[in-house]
Amino acid sequence: MKEGWEAIIGMEIHAQLATETKIFCACAANFGDEPNANTCPVCLGLPGALPVLNEKVVELGAKAALSLGLNVNETSIFARKNYFYPDLPKGYQISQYDKPFSSNGELTIMTAERDEQGRAGDWKPLTIRIERMHLEEDAGKNIHEGLPEVERFSYIDLNRAGTPLGEIVTAPDFRSSWQAYDYVNHVRRVLQWVGASDADMEKGNLRCEANVSVRRIGEEKFRNKVELKNLNSVRFMQKAIEFEIERQIAAHEAGEPVNQETRLWDEKNNQTRIMRSKEDAHDYRYFPEPDLQPLTVSKQFIEQVKADMPELPDAMHDRFVEEYELSYNDASQLVSDKDLAAFYEATAQASNNPRVSANFILSELLRELNNADKTAKDSPVSAENLAELIKTLDAGKINNNQAKEVLTEMFGNGKSADEVIREKGFEQISDRSTIEKIIDEIVEKNQNQVVAYRGGNEKLFGFFVGQTMKASGGKANPKVVNEILKEKLS
Amino acid sequence: MDVKKIAKLAHLEITEEEVALYTPQMANIVAYVEQLNELDTSSVEPMLGGLTKEGELTETRRADVPHESLGQEKALDQAPSAVAGHFQVPKVL
Repeated sequence: MKEGWEAIIGMEIHAQLATETKIFCACAANFGDEPNANTCPVCLGLPGALPVLNEKVVELGAKAALSLGLNVNETSIFARKNYFYPDLPKGYQISQYDKPFSSNGELTIMTAERDEQGRAGDWKPLTIRIERMHLEEDAGKNIHEGLPEVERFSYIDLNRAGTPLGEIVTAPDFRSSWQAYDYVNHVRRVLQWVGASDADMEKGNLRCEANVSVRRIGEEKFRNKVELKNLNSVRFMQKAIEFEIERQIAAHEAGEPVNQETRLWDEKNNQTRIMRSKEDAHDYRYFPEPDLQPLTVSKQFIEQVKADMPELPDAMHDRFVEEYELSYNDASQLVSDKDLAAFYEATAQASNNPRVSANFILSELLRELNNADKTAKDSPVSAENLAELIKTLDAGKINNNQAKEVLTEMFGNGKSADEVIREKGFEQISDRSTIEKIIDEIVEKNQNQVVAYRGGNEKLFGFFVGQTMKASGGKANPKVVNEILKEKLS
Repeated sequence: MDVKKIAKLAHLEITEEEVALYTPQMANIVAYVEQLNELDTSSVEPMLGGLTKEGELTETRRADVPHESLGQEKALDQAPSAVAGHFQVPKVL
């Protein structure tokens, strides 16, 4: 960012809650079904149809809110947001307005600036305010491509109309595009973690918008802000915000106006372009939805949801660092996915070696999983089996390279570590008397070399090691071999 | 009374004559309803959801269990224009 300026960014995230059915009717909330098949009088907006709230929305909404540090309000009110658009059959969206489901949140995220190559600098905590998360229904989907006469017509699929959303709105507390980027990733992971949302941006069940303005450092007042839409991935969002910050600073410095407007990210040309100006801004004429009761949740219910909540990733990260003495980055990688974190913890405990477990999972297991296009959840090697392998490695029965080979084999055929080690004949010989016997024979057979070694030709030590390994079929424990050879040859 | 703005929000096209006709009519309606503001309601809980006290005990939530939907054919049956399983509408941005 140009010297002397700062960016002011607020975020809005729409997350689809992971229910089976829509928020106000029992149509399936499926993605990818035949267009308009999952519809009924309620979500088609037919006259006389009445909405009934899906209780699962309340539960998942509470999980989402609590995981983001929001307070769940005991009473909230649904409201009609009025506007005309073909994907909104009723002519209004049932949303919430002055009494949202949850409000007054504070959330601490970890964030880092990135260099030109996208490498993260120091990770630092940033606490931001989340103003609210309210519940609402989604609209249908407009289709502008791939159907007849698209230059004259648009097409509507109402399967998505009425699927439940949580809209999460922050205060304007971000000062850089990377802070906003880390925030969206934080929200995405936490919502997946607690099971509130699949939070998959590609499928459109997590969508974000950014409000961006800039001001000179020291200025108190905000300048005009621009709303950014059509941000189809976290990376595009970051680029769009970055572009917008530079565009606005340049305009202010040149004395040109920065208008309050909505702009879209244009992926092809790597820039934002205007969608609508403030003059076209909507007047939504909100009023309380007369067809729905106020939504009340008891203190008891909120306590129960809290009690059932899993340990959140940030808390788990800090515990891994503390309890298992992992590095910041290793712990971060392990908690990037809930199943991976659980897999790690099970392995660490069963093997009683948290550090080697972390190394092995992060380097070896993740590589195998990536190659097979799998995740920790469907790993062919169980945590118990991996722990067995780590214990065997720890006991010095096999070496590191052999352990890697065994893992690859276990990954391929699902056998236990012991079975693979036996089949491969990897079991090391560490028994002193067995190795001593082999060495005695070698010393006996190679008297000339023994004399030369004792005469000062120390390089010959390697020759004896080689002979011993060869005679043992590569199974002798090298450490024990060294020890015994030193004794015998001195 | 900005009748033009209200007409625009409601997607209605009205003529200047109609603006002249409706402006006093709508002002009358609003004035009529505004009489309610003369009542002191500070001690009355707002009623939302349209149910009586007894009605408040009515179950107002449902379980998250899918029911059969109408299906594509029925859903589109009454549409003025349906093409390839979709509602067809004039081009929107």
